[in-house]
Amino acid sequence: MGVKIALAGNPNSGKTTLFNALTGSNQFVGNWPGVTVEKKEGKWKGNKDVIIMDLPGIYSLSPYTLEEVVSRTYLITERPDVILNIVDGTNLERNLYLSTQLMELGIPVIMAINMMDIVEKNGDRIDTVALGKKLGCEVIEISALKGNGIQEAVERAVAVAQNKDVSVSVHKFRVEVEAYLESIEAMLDTTIPEVQKRFYAIKLFERDDKIAEQMSRLPNVESIVAEAEEALDDDAESVITNERYHYISSIITGVYTKANKEQLTTSDKIDRIVTNRWLALPIFAAVMWLVYYVSVSTVGTFVTDWTNDVLFGEIIPPAIESVLVSIHCADWLQGLILDGIMAGVGAVLGFVPQMLVLFIFLAFLESCGYMARVAFIMDRIFRKFGLSGKSFIPMLIGSGCGVPGIMASRTIENDRDRKMTIMTTTFIPCGAKMPIIGLIAGALFGGASWVAPSAYFVGIAAIICSGVILKKTKLFAGDPAPFVMELPTYHWPTVGNVLRSMWERGWSFIKKAGTIILLSTILVWFTSNFGVVNGSFGMVEDLSDGFLATIGNAFAWIFTPLGWGDWRAAVAAITGLVAKENVVGTFGILYGYVEVAEEGEEIWGTLAGSFTAVAAYSFLVFNLLCAPCFAAIGAIKREMNSAKWTWFAIGYQTFLAYAVSLCIYQFGTWFTTGQFGLGVIVAMLIVAGFLYLLFRPYKESNSLRINVSSITAQKVKA
Amino acid sequence: MKTLRDVKCNQTVSVVKLHGAGAVKRRIMDMGITKGTNVYVRKVAPLGDPIEVTVRGYELSLRKADAEMIEVA
Repeated sequence: MGVKIALAGNPNSGKTTLFNALTGSNQFVGNWPGVTVEKKEGKWKGNKDVIIMDLPGIYSLSPYTLEEVVSRTYLITERPDVILNIVDGTNLERNLYLSTQLMELGIPVIMAINMMDIVEKNGDRIDTVALGKKLGCEVIEISALKGNGIQEAVERAVAVAQNKDVSVSVHKFRVEVEAYLESIEAMLDTTIPEVQKRFYAIKLFERDDKIAEQMSRLPNVESIVAEAEEALDDDAESVITNERYHYISSIITGVYTKANKEQLTTSDKIDRIVTNRWLALPIFAAVMWLVYYVSVSTVGTFVTDWTNDVLFGEIIPPAIESVLVSIHCADWLQGLILDGIMAGVGAVLGFVPQMLVLFIFLAFLESCGYMARVAFIMDRIFRKFGLSGKSFIPMLIGSGCGVPGIMASRTIENDRDRKMTIMTTTFIPCGAKMPIIGLIAGALFGGASWVAPSAYFVGIAAIICSGVILKKTKLFAGDPAPFVMELPTYHWPTVGNVLRSMWERGWSFIKKAGTIILLSTILVWFTSNFGVVNGSFGMVEDLSDGFLATIGNAFAWIFTPLGWGDWRAAVAAITGLVAKENVVGTFGILYGYVEVAEEGEEIWGTLAGSFTAVAAYSFLVFNLLCAPCFAAIGAIKREMNSAKWTWFAIGYQTFLAYAVSLCIYQFGTWFTTGQFGLGVIVAMLIVAGFLYLLFRPYKESNSLRINVSSITAQKVKA
Repeated sequence: MKTLRDVKCNQTVSVVKLHGAGAVKRRIMDMGITKGTNVYVRKVAPLGDPIEVTVRGYELSLRKADAEMIEVA
């Protein structure tokens, strides 16, 4: 008989470690439908009929955060057979707060108190037998890290689930509060099962705005709640929260004894240095430098270059070519396989080693507890533009390569901050944009040293302004983003967990991003290599005869207001989507050179003749800000987990790039030549609109806008 | 009215009442800052905000703007 166990607990309670230890490699990682919350399911190693569902780490079942809404909706509608509640023994009081809520759901609960080894080491004592008696559920001591007691915990959970008549005992609040809850319970009809009535009654009492969506008939309890608030002199939500903590304090005395209260733990000592007023920033800078230096500058670049230039340059393509030649493969198919598919696959795989190195760092920083400190240290700067303190890492990595940069945004828990970070990370010029900067600086500005720093400045300005503007739009202003964050105790992560986290992230990129990058590269390859010459369709020798050139010609007028309505520039911008450094190569080909150096020194003269300085700078800015390369778009798609959001991100970036380039060209031309025309007026209107968006007032919302039914819809699929 | 924002580092205060409403208030309470709880202000972030407090035996960070909603004595 199949048993479904839901694993629930606070963040940092060791839930992931327990889940990994219980399921091993039998895991299915995905997303909850419609939201970017990770969903993990696995089969128990001990018995494949036992399915373990890993719920997101949560502190409460409130209606205010995505993770909490996802978890409680799952628990109410899917009704797992048993809840395995993992509790951090070193932080008992706050962890039990969630437990009191889980026990109201009418689902049998088994409590596993984790980190018992640390509790004992600290000299603290938890009387689990007495605690179990007081709570009315079975309590088991475990250490997920060492594997102690975990199989037993699951065995007990399975036993409880199979023995369906195990009653779920429920704690009681103050008599006055109980009276109000009883009168609400009496108003609930039979569509709500008896065991769930207390849960619904409490949620109605709390004026929970998400519960209504799960009830067929909503009783009007407002008068009871209002009366209670009057009598108890507090709002209903606070009344319930206070009651819960009161209850916990009352049962914990005598059960939990602390050895020595005042002594500093190792974690406290580390924190004294790491988040010290004066040392925190230098230490942070050093850690960031190390991460960047290893994953982007040295190991990462070395391995990525090797994959791109040697593995996918000298080893695999010649081997495949010789095979294709030996079987007399058609020229066009050879081209497709070698220049289209191999180049595409290479582009994806080339990033993977670099990403894996980065992910090891991220997993380490996250699980040791430093990542929370990063948010603590950097919050003040970033929250002003609607980003999280943790946005710093994606942006830093993004200056090397946008793909791992975007993937690094996964460490940001808040949905809104994460989406914002994903959308703005690629504004920072990445390594592949350097050749474009070099080309423009060399060809038109005599290699002036201000061009490259100005590109970074434009990128940073784009991030700050986008943050402020987007924060105020309907899409983002909706959801609340309280920054009340736990700073978990430092601990040494296990090698297994770090490697697993690295592999999960890397693999999800290869899988999901691979398809979109591959298809797009093939499309660009096809349109640039095929065309109609002298009335017949076929492969073309010269890029300027291909379909892409035709497309470039057809769309070049769009870029006329930006100062580079030349079709060659338009085509170069499109090939830049495959990889940004292609822009330089494409220019080379289009101006009649077969091969150009990295920064295209050969064409500097030609380019200087066909561009004005202002137009060239506008072209540069457009290429820096517009849609990133396909690999990065794939990463955006992966992290957004939504086609709508992906298109919105790319659309926004391209629109912003267009608007900024237009302003640069129009104002620049006006100032340098004194020509005043329609374009300048349009640019002025854009600046005015931009300033309005930047400075208009806004207010943060207090409720989460998520449709509960969209989460419940997953029932069918799951 | 004295709020958590006004409390100097290395001082312990007791929560009198929580002001404000909605998500932030609920979150603060969910994390264990309720009436009568003792809160120890451990430190201020290098840039002056947020602050780090010890409550119910663990470390919590919150912004000064939110700390202002917590009346203490």
